[in-house]
Amino acid sequence: MPPISRGFHRRREPEPDQSRIPPGQYPTWDFPVLSAGPTPHTPTDGWTLRVDGAIDEVRQWTWDELLALPSETFTVDIHCVTKWTKLDTTWTGVSLDTLLGDVETEAEYVVAWCDGDYTTNVPLEDLLGGRAWIVYDYGGEPLEPEHGGPARLLVPHLYFWKSAKWVRALTLTLDDQPGFWESAGYHDYGDPWREQRYWGD
Amino acid sequence: MARAAVLGRLIGRLAWRTATVREVVAESEHAVTLVLDVTDWPGHRAGQHVDVRLTADDGYQAERSYSISSAPEADAIAITVERIEDGEVSPYFTDVIRPGDQFELRGPVGGHFTWSVSDGGPILLVGGGSGFAPLMAMLRHRAAQDSDVEVHALVSARTDADALYRDELAALGPAEGLHVAWTFTRGGPPGWTGYTRRVDAAMIAEVGPAPARAPRCFVCGPTPFVEWVTGLLVDAGHDPQHIHAERFGPTGGRA
Repeated sequence: MPPISRGFHRRREPEPDQSRIPPGQYPTWDFPVLSAGPTPHTPTDGWTLRVDGAIDEVRQWTWDELLALPSETFTVDIHCVTKWTKLDTTWTGVSLDTLLGDVETEAEYVVAWCDGDYTTNVPLEDLLGGRAWIVYDYGGEPLEPEHGGPARLLVPHLYFWKSAKWVRALTLTLDDQPGFWESAGYHDYGDPWREQRYWGD
Repeated sequence: MARAAVLGRLIGRLAWRTATVREVVAESEHAVTLVLDVTDWPGHRAGQHVDVRLTADDGYQAERSYSISSAPEADAIAITVERIEDGEVSPYFTDVIRPGDQFELRGPVGGHFTWSVSDGGPILLVGGGSGFAPLMAMLRHRAAQDSDVEVHALVSARTDADALYRDELAALGPAEGLHVAWTFTRGGPPGWTGYTRRVDAAMIAEVGPAPARAPRCFVCGPTPFVEWVTGLLVDAGHDPQHIHAERFGPTGGRA
């Protein structure tokens, strides 16, 4: 039994649909920013997104080429390991099914590389099946740099550090290669519904 | 790289431990430091944080994360909490909790925003508001180690009364290698001759160390403050790879 904290009580109204709040999380209506360093401000001139690693042929898109691909606008809930959950966030971007659909590979994992040298690792299958996107609009406006603009990876079914800001490349790998936070004590997979925050969770 | 995954399996789950409040220290009108006795605390590095979990008598639970403000050398761990008016946990910590009360805690967590004297210097610490907490852990660690590693610290607070650890910081310096500057953005106390403005490029240049000396920079505070200061550091020529940031609170942007 956990100790009862004398005099502590719920002060927030329960979320109407509590089933959408993973264990240990609380809803927020703001959009907090968590990044390990300065925010890069990368111009879209010269910006490219690259897919490489254990694949048949390297793919690369310029900014204009990315925007020309079929896009989706969708609304999802996001969950940050620092405890906040934000419901009903609306994004526009390109599904990873579109970007990776014709790639031939034996790889089972992906490392996302970003401006600022941030990295994160995700199993390849978690990026497929309509569960991950490269997004460039948030709430109908271009994604702000502090939230990952010009473009970020979005994998809303995992803790939000997996949704790498300022993404520039996806490297497909045969082995799992822990990224920035995953090497520093954070969970390798990061499922919010199983509260996989840290190593060993 | 595979080492991390293996370590994760070996270390096992970070356990929830019982924390008992030893002391509540008023730091300002809006902030307190909780000094905690934690069962089997495994130790920490300056700059790391903990998760806390509170349980109400009806079983309701809430979790939050707080930076550790005490040195690894201290015999208790301390967290500094600033009251968020519409918050659920912070007003409990600032207004209700008292010695002997208990909650749960697990950690320490975080390996990026950490420093120890063995990492050397020079380093720059810039804290806004209660963001100075993890930086204070670094300064307390430095003092506990009797280190003369070169540290430049810049504390931004609205007023003298809002500044955390003011007396303790003043007592730490001037000392060999330690340079502490304050800026009171809404005006200093009577007779104050120091900075009374938002952190800017000139202040960053004056506080030092110069970018050419490649200091590691630690910046912690509310999101707009950290965005602003890390931008100044990059513009001043500091290597982005040497700039470590911890942001908290609302963005001030679109909700």
